[in-house]
Amino acid sequence: MTATDSEIEAIISTIFEYYGYDFSGYSRASLNRRVNRLLELGNYSHVEDLLSRIRHEPDYFERVVGDLTVNVTEMFRDPQFYKQLREKILPIIGTKPFIRIWHAGCSTGEEVFSMAILLDEHKLLEKTLLYATDISPDVLQTAKKGIFPLRQMKQYAENYASSGGKEDFSKYYMANYGLAKFEDRLIARMVFSQHNLVSDRSFNEFDLILCRNVLIYFDKDLQNRALTLFDDSLPNLGFLALGSKENIKFSVLSHRYQQVEREKIWKKLR
Amino acid sequence: MEKAALKLVVIGGSAGSVDVIMRIVPFLPSDPDFSIVLVLHRKSSDDTTLEDVVSIKSAMKVIPVEDKTMLETGAIFIAPSDYHLLFEPTGELSLDVSEKINYSRPSIDVSFESAAAIYKNRLTAILLTGANSDGTAGLISVKENDGFVIIQDPESADIPFMPANALENMTPDLVLDVDGIVNFLNSGF
Repeated sequence: MTATDSEIEAIISTIFEYYGYDFSGYSRASLNRRVNRLLELGNYSHVEDLLSRIRHEPDYFERVVGDLTVNVTEMFRDPQFYKQLREKILPIIGTKPFIRIWHAGCSTGEEVFSMAILLDEHKLLEKTLLYATDISPDVLQTAKKGIFPLRQMKQYAENYASSGGKEDFSKYYMANYGLAKFEDRLIARMVFSQHNLVSDRSFNEFDLILCRNVLIYFDKDLQNRALTLFDDSLPNLGFLALGSKENIKFSVLSHRYQQVEREKIWKKLR
Repeated sequence: MEKAALKLVVIGGSAGSVDVIMRIVPFLPSDPDFSIVLVLHRKSSDDTTLEDVVSIKSAMKVIPVEDKTMLETGAIFIAPSDYHLLFEPTGELSLDVSEKINYSRPSIDVSFESAAAIYKNRLTAILLTGANSDGTAGLISVKENDGFVIIQDPESADIPFMPANALENMTPDLVLDVDGIVNFLNSGF
């Protein structure tokens, strides 16, 4: 079945009323697809059945949040982006006595582990804290384990090498029963916590904020809200990194941030 | 902007379709009353190449799609690789990195279905050559929403599987070879 516009509205308002999550500022075309996928996966024949479960089963709702948000990610996604982080950004923030990095919308954590590996190779890991947040508690549970399917490691190793990685990528994990478990010393520098870009506030100041392929799911107003939240969390000369097709060109931040090079990384000027 | 006046052509293609696009774009009108969105399967490394070659050959303005790019009349928009391209009620284009559909991202089905829901009878969907079954479900959705459907004649297709699969599963308004598609786009349809 396919949900009508008014049924989508009913789902949005029920979720807000019962749990306080506000999906009203999400890009509608994408959210419609997520809702229809949810109805299909759950074999629902009436939207009312879904609404009823959301109202009465908080555990089920946690899964719904994970399903409504897109959690497709990979390690060293867009290798050229990581190459720029490695060559241009880490040498700058590496001069600080202590480094704070925020992965906003970290999903299952693949990009957080990628960053930890970069930091390790720059001998910066021990003085860095990686804050990794997501709206979905479900994906954070996965992220904090640092265990990913082994079959993806070939692709990740290729991404790693294209990003300028010189080591044998397999030294960062132990392979077992089709899974790759990443080193505990990487996880030791990570702090995982639930955070909602729609409704929560800034909680610290960071040298670098990464929010990759999250804003594409927000409409312009909500994008500006999230960007303001990042702005509140960055000192002057702090860096903001977005997904490869995301841009701050037409946003509230455009005149105060300068793009570093070709990749989607900006420096806060004032 | 007058969204209601916007006529939209979405062209989906897979293997062999870049050659077809190169044979179409030099013959498009310079200031048409429609816009074109290209949704082609390709490698991410080819992104700027396709944008460059289409720009060189086309009199129409060429706009690579980023998040929330606004559709405008008279331009060719090119979907980036590795994102699904969706149509918003606001007239914006949005991107989505959710699961591949038909082993493809962008998926032609996803773009056709999304465009059909918003643009209804102002939409023309054209499916070109290719080696997989992407596009068929999308064309069915375009028809259900009163849009216009053109399928490249499989006989004229480099890889006939994709248009043939669509023809087996739905009835288009027209089946055209490449010259026929050029003529249609110049007909003021």
